[in-house]
Amino acid sequence: MQDFGQSFALAFDLVWSADPTLMEIIGLSIKVSLSAVVLACLIGLPLGAAIGMSRFRGRDASIIILNALMGLPPVVVGLLVYLTLSRAGPLGVFGLLYTPAAMIIAQTILITPIVAALSRQVIEDLHNEYAEQFRSLCVPPRAAIAALLWDARYSLLTVMLAGFGRAVAEVGAVIIVGGNIDHLTRVMTTAIALETSKGDLALALALGLVLMVMALAVNAGVMMLRMTAQRQAYA
Amino acid sequence: MLDRNATFDPATAEPAARHAEEILPCVAQGLTFEAGGKTIVDGIDVTLEQGPVTMVMGPNGAGKTVLVRLLHGMLEPTAGQVLWAGKPVGEENRKRQAMVFQNPVLLRRSVVSNIEFVLKLRGAGGREQAMEILRSASLDDKANQPARLLSGGERQRLAMARALATDPDVLFLDEPTASLDPASVLVIEDIVRDAHQRGVKIIFITHDLGQARRLADEVIFIHRGKIVERSPAKQFFNAPASREAKDYLAGRIVL
Repeated sequence: MQDFGQSFALAFDLVWSADPTLMEIIGLSIKVSLSAVVLACLIGLPLGAAIGMSRFRGRDASIIILNALMGLPPVVVGLLVYLTLSRAGPLGVFGLLYTPAAMIIAQTILITPIVAALSRQVIEDLHNEYAEQFRSLCVPPRAAIAALLWDARYSLLTVMLAGFGRAVAEVGAVIIVGGNIDHLTRVMTTAIALETSKGDLALALALGLVLMVMALAVNAGVMMLRMTAQRQAYA
Repeated sequence: MLDRNATFDPATAEPAARHAEEILPCVAQGLTFEAGGKTIVDGIDVTLEQGPVTMVMGPNGAGKTVLVRLLHGMLEPTAGQVLWAGKPVGEENRKRQAMVFQNPVLLRRSVVSNIEFVLKLRGAGGREQAMEILRSASLDDKANQPARLLSGGERQRLAMARALATDPDVLFLDEPTASLDPASVLVIEDIVRDAHQRGVKIIFITHDLGQARRLADEVIFIHRGKIVERSPAKQFFNAPASREAKDYLAGRIVL
């Protein structure tokens, strides 16, 4: 076990010297989480927009379920994806378990409800504003969804960043389906868990620092987007 | 844009029908709308023909806005029906109509993109045509500004330009100048006259008696969800037939 102060010094040194192991882990984390965000947005944004601007029987129940799914426990998602991708599972033939693809699938399942639920609220608010005009102009539903997604782009970017923040900081699902294999599926959160259990606090702290910086950057990004939107009076 | 000082003479300004023979006349039969146990529009029968600028007037809560929305197909009547050239309200005839609201809702994008949006919807034109439309509303110098940064008058001009960009045969206006300064009101009125002279049927709700005198060829006066008077504009303002219209024009509370 290293001395606490020494660990901090080593951590800063690892970050400062762009340690190859550290960079590899950070690179994979970003790649996995960004891929999951892109997939979650492809599913979640149109889904959120469709629910936000539609009126149908069971809509309230759908919204309750969607909101509840935002709190999906990562380990449960990890377990379900594990069972699905394991050799005996329905998708076992693809051999995806313990690969970055499995981690992307798990994170996509985790953050799609977040993207869909938050974008539903954003789109619904905007749709309430546009509804009368759209009805008057006979705007077809697909064109309306496209227009709403475009006009709410600044707010939706903050939704995407929230999804990315959740994905990159998540450990429970990726450790189950990824296995935390060195040079293959080791990401920041799983590496922190491993290094802490081994007592190698320097690498764990270095990764923790990078995670904190990323969380700060995401929040700063959200703030800047809001300010840009307000400055341009699009919000 | 027309010369603002020119006198508007409905007799000479009678527009030729554009494609209006396909959509007008608009016939409402027994049109009724109820909400919250209250009858807002009460069995109205009315026929709107191509030609005159029709001003819809009446005290607050008379049912003017609901009537116009029923005609435009934005509301479903509780009873009765609306026929456009004999056909029930549907997308085909609704696409030939446009409506401008008291509080214009502009898309959260640039001024020119607001026009481009409707042009694309109708499968027409691009940036060049959008700029041409903005020039007609004297907004071309603000084309790339966010629409929400426009002043109240400019916003309403953009809403008018956007409505006219759909090339409508019928234009509904629901108190479009209610919160505008006098200069902006006159600009909007110019656009309305211009559209009317190009053959667009105008159905205009207003409380502004001066505006009604300037623009109207005929007035439909509504009270408690019923049409109590429909007269040529001159007759309506000089010798209203109904007690309600007399009270309204005299500035008395209409009972």
